[in-house]
Amino acid sequence: MARLQVNVQQAGPIPLDARFGCLPGELLALVGPSGSGKTTLLRAIAGLYRPQHGHIECAGDTWLDTRHQHSLSPQRRRVGMVFQDYALFPHLTALANIALPLRHLPQPQRRLKAAAWLETVRLKGLENRYPSELSGGQRQRVALARALARDPQVLLLDEPFSAVDQVTRRRLQRELARLRQHISIPIVLVTHDLEEASALADQICVLHNGNSLQQASPETLFRTPASPSVARLLDRHNVYQGQVVESAGTHRLRWGNVELDVATGLEGLAPGTQVAWYLPPSDIVLHRRGRPSHGERENPVAASVDDMLVLGSMTSVALRVPHGDVLRFDIATHAARRNDLTPGAAVHVSLLAGGIHLMPGQGDDMTPNEKRTPI
Amino acid sequence: MDWSALSVSLRLAALTCVFLLPLGILLGRWLAVARFRGKGLCEALVALPLVLPPTVLGFYLLQSFGREAPVGQLWMTLTGGGLNFTFSGILLASLVANLPFAVQPIQRAFEHVPHNLREAAWCSGLGPWQTLLRIELPLVWPGILSASALTFAHTLGEFGVILMVGGAIDGETRTLAIAIYDRVQAFDEQGAAQMAALLLVVSFTTLGVVYGLAGRRRWARG
Repeated sequence: MARLQVNVQQAGPIPLDARFGCLPGELLALVGPSGSGKTTLLRAIAGLYRPQHGHIECAGDTWLDTRHQHSLSPQRRRVGMVFQDYALFPHLTALANIALPLRHLPQPQRRLKAAAWLETVRLKGLENRYPSELSGGQRQRVALARALARDPQVLLLDEPFSAVDQVTRRRLQRELARLRQHISIPIVLVTHDLEEASALADQICVLHNGNSLQQASPETLFRTPASPSVARLLDRHNVYQGQVVESAGTHRLRWGNVELDVATGLEGLAPGTQVAWYLPPSDIVLHRRGRPSHGERENPVAASVDDMLVLGSMTSVALRVPHGDVLRFDIATHAARRNDLTPGAAVHVSLLAGGIHLMPGQGDDMTPNEKRTPI
Repeated sequence: MDWSALSVSLRLAALTCVFLLPLGILLGRWLAVARFRGKGLCEALVALPLVLPPTVLGFYLLQSFGREAPVGQLWMTLTGGGLNFTFSGILLASLVANLPFAVQPIQRAFEHVPHNLREAAWCSGLGPWQTLLRIELPLVWPGILSASALTFAHTLGEFGVILMVGGAIDGETRTLAIAIYDRVQAFDEQGAAQMAALLLVVSFTTLGVVYGLAGRRRWARG
């Protein structure tokens, strides 16, 4: 198996307790706030940082096994690393930068191969430019070509889009998506940009204080976060506390003064259990005035508009339910206008039963519980 | 013109550069990269010849070069000769006196090499020596150039330390700087003036060439 498997622990100086894996051809995004240990983990994979305890395996080779005092040097790990500020060698031309990892080849072949990589990243014609004579986007592409030129077993990208402007960033992200068709190794991307992660990654691993809280596909992650902390780190705010109740032979979820139907997850919980739950914003349906809408009979809840923020074509809405919790979701600005949404207005919404995600046994604070979160 | 003094001066300056530069590169890199307790003490020791009066430095060197002192004894067992009042003696003294001029510019240059360039080299498969040779040395080249220029020019002009350790033996330890002093003592102002002008021209040319070279790198502009 050519997969990458990382499992590292240490108490300090940078606390780490992380486990994640990445299949060949797959892009895994390590996501978390600054100081969450993302870059340290990337450096540990590259062999630039040695954690106290851990096991790192790639393409069947053991790169790190602290139990057997085994750690390969960065030179012997065959990683392609793109540094945050690219770390191009300023005294070498673009071509020479890319040719440097190819020193095992004879000179003419080296030049040919480096030129081919330069063409792959669409920089043909800039062979003899020095890094100081390239734009930010061009530098990033030289760094990417240099990382790939080594024929690596894993590609590591440390915030590769953070040093360029928004327009260039979009273009480079498309470029990476295109380039991925030619790459059949695991790719690990470090980013604090959730949008970037969900647009580019097949898998996202959420990190907090060096802990890996959950690894899943973006869809799964955004619909079923493992804990309230994950939801919060993913910038999802619709996390509430409820209680399991039994009425008329079925289990329901009491939330304030309403009882909600839940599609899955309630059966195994005893009545009286306190449980944290989450609802994706897309599963909050606003009832149209005077006209029945889809799913109207499903978990109807009365609320009043607490706050509205128009962000171009989308409007961010916060509704307050009678017992004080706030429901947040986005709707199209024209829909908000058509429904006469104004602060203070009374509205009805449905909370779709299929979207309600229960997180039993998960407190609302960042507790050590998270360490037991299954990855 | 005292040609033998000029020859001693040039030989001394060239040999000081040859021996001191590799040491300066290793020591400068170590001081720039390593983090350890007592680093400040090490740096102070290297910088000491800058602030110590040459006569004080010369006095201690003279003491330690003597036949009863450890350094003198060691030299005796190795070569069978003495150190005081010989060319080897003033060369050794010159190496000590020029240590800060060789180490400091190189250390500053190494300090300006971002650490992630080393890491990028390692990730490109380069070992520590290859990294030093292909990445670090080209980047610290201006520092090495200015270290050589300073060492060379400063050795040409060194007076006190050389006089203390070497005296003024013709063809062996009498450098141009000492010869000028001798000429003035002998009221030969014309001879002194010629040699002073020569020293001025040589020093200025050395520094000019070196600083000119250091500014000619295309990749450092832009």
